[in-house]
Amino acid sequence: MNPLRYLVFFHPARLARSLRMALKSLLLHKLRSGLTMLGIVFGVFSVIAMLAIGEGASTQAQQQVLQLGATNILCVSVKPPEETSDPSQGRQWVVRYGLKEADLKLLDVIPSVVRAIPIREIGTEARYGGRTLNARLVGCTPDYFEVNHLSRATGRFLTDSDGEKFAMRAVIAHDVARELFRHEDPLGKTITVNQQFFRIIGVTRFRTASAAIGSSLSGQDYNKDIYIPLETLQTRIIPGGVDVQRKSGSFSAEEVQLNQITLQVTDPQVVLQTAETVRESIERNHPGMKDVHVVVPMELLKQAEQLRGIFNVVLGSIAFISLIVGGIGIMNIMLATVTERTREIGVRRALGAKQSDIIEQFLTETMVLSGTGGLIGVVLGLLTPQAFQAVRGLANRWILEGSAAGGELGRMFTQMEPTVPYWSLPLAFGFSVAIGVIFGLYPARAAARLDPIEALRHE
Amino acid sequence: MKLAANVRDIHKYYDLGSVVVKALRGVSIEFPKGDFVAIMGSSGSGKSTLLNLLGALDRPTYGQYILGGYDVSQLTDDHLSDIRNRLIGFIFQSYNLIAQYTVLENIEVPLHYRPGHKPISSRDTNRCIDLAQQVGLADRLDHRPYQLSGGQQQRVAIARALVNDPEIILADEPTGNLDSKTEVEIMDILRGLNRQGRTIIMVTHETSVARVAHRQVYMKDGLMAGEGLFPG
Repeated sequence: MNPLRYLVFFHPARLARSLRMALKSLLLHKLRSGLTMLGIVFGVFSVIAMLAIGEGASTQAQQQVLQLGATNILCVSVKPPEETSDPSQGRQWVVRYGLKEADLKLLDVIPSVVRAIPIREIGTEARYGGRTLNARLVGCTPDYFEVNHLSRATGRFLTDSDGEKFAMRAVIAHDVARELFRHEDPLGKTITVNQQFFRIIGVTRFRTASAAIGSSLSGQDYNKDIYIPLETLQTRIIPGGVDVQRKSGSFSAEEVQLNQITLQVTDPQVVLQTAETVRESIERNHPGMKDVHVVVPMELLKQAEQLRGIFNVVLGSIAFISLIVGGIGIMNIMLATVTERTREIGVRRALGAKQSDIIEQFLTETMVLSGTGGLIGVVLGLLTPQAFQAVRGLANRWILEGSAAGGELGRMFTQMEPTVPYWSLPLAFGFSVAIGVIFGLYPARAAARLDPIEALRHE
Repeated sequence: MKLAANVRDIHKYYDLGSVVVKALRGVSIEFPKGDFVAIMGSSGSGKSTLLNLLGALDRPTYGQYILGGYDVSQLTDDHLSDIRNRLIGFIFQSYNLIAQYTVLENIEVPLHYRPGHKPISSRDTNRCIDLAQQVGLADRLDHRPYQLSGGQQQRVAIARALVNDPEIILADEPTGNLDSKTEVEIMDILRGLNRQGRTIIMVTHETSVARVAHRQVYMKDGLMAGEGLFPG
């Protein structure tokens, strides 16, 4: 048999005729065809929507990691769990833990480290005029702004000379400026922090808070920060690094020299190697103390990518199942149609239709159903971001109230922007057509294999 | 005389597992071109089986069937489809029009299945319109079957049977569902076609209908029982 014979299927006139025939049959039962199609519409829509949400979530995670800097290694002081101050054990007034100046010096000499940026931060209360605000007082070096991608609204950032002079100057973040100064221009004004006076030299722009990344890094809101030179903080605010806090009638004191050291590495290639060296170095200086976490954004990025893969597979398969359910719906209807139209099949066979003609006819019908459903699904899929906005609006109003909205999951939900990956459109549409073929083939073959004599006799 | 169709000692057995039903047990009959034959017989006589074989819907167990010069007794399924399409025009008792198609589209159906699937040209369409005119339905081309009376539907079926200019026309109880007035109209059309030279083979058990044909053959128990118009 000449295989070129099948090319005749694709003759435009014949294709148009098959489509017209299929449409006539399908339009005979508009409601039935519409409902059958709906299964595929939702299947394709959910595949695209799920992939869009997965893509959005992973983009969000990636952006957060990239905000931390792909070439950065973060060493963070953490309170070791076994050293939590227990009043019954009495004596231990001051809990000492975390990074020391010595660590900074050691880490700074690792060859691949470009610079090491130390910070020390404490929770505090800032005051201006009659207004107060709970803020985070961050002692840092000028590099801090660049490394954390902060941008300037007015004024300037801290400079090296501010640190050398132990200057009482501060740069405040967006929310601090808004809460304390309202409509006033904060530049040149003086605020009170820990009984010390600081002159405002600059304000940073608003920056979206970062969500926590797994368990390794808690979320950070940069908008309630007050930045002062590290040297000023260490000498004038908490000399010796001891931060005393009053909690419900009792005192607790922590001695921490540095909260965090951000290491910037020459290039992304060596980040993971350097991270190993850093971990070893810290383990040598803090043997068994587990009071320093080393966070490597690059590692988190890799994890996020893996997570995105898993996410896409899981969401995609769930959606794919609904597509298959749609296909089963088509098959079901087509089987019923074949039974209902047995007589028609018999007539067509008597008038000269070959088995292949009957297969072509019924397959065209299922493909018109699934193809149209697929197209509608693609259009709906493109509207995923808008649909998500609407759902988010409802959820914000009715469900995510108060604390839930600030939670990790809530923040992930409210800050995520689903993006429809363009490759998902042909993919979902292709799957819908493929499902039309797969689930249409059996009914079509069943129709073609009917004995024409029996089919003609069918009532 | 040239033969349109020739059946030589045809047997058709159905194997039902425990028993073998011998529906045809050696039937021979010749149909010259331009013949108009009525095949009669009680139910179970084998006339339906013979009609199925004549219509190339089935293959005989033994024997030979020559149609328009082709031996169609042992062809493949696809070839039988081509034979039905090119050489046979079917007229059924219950018209068997396709519900979702208009009159014109119904007449066109056999053209869809022409060997090679030639697209339908405007000449083809004009031919279909001519045929509709011949059977008196020129003003109903856009009607659907449910908008037509039984007689009109059967006229559409006749036009459809003619569209591929077949060698023989097979009519299975063509007036079985019609009242006697319409019966006369339909038989007039068939007689007219026969006068134009068409070969018509008709299965019926009504003598009034059979009388219109040139000759009448009787079947009994899977065999030819005789020829001629028997009273009653």
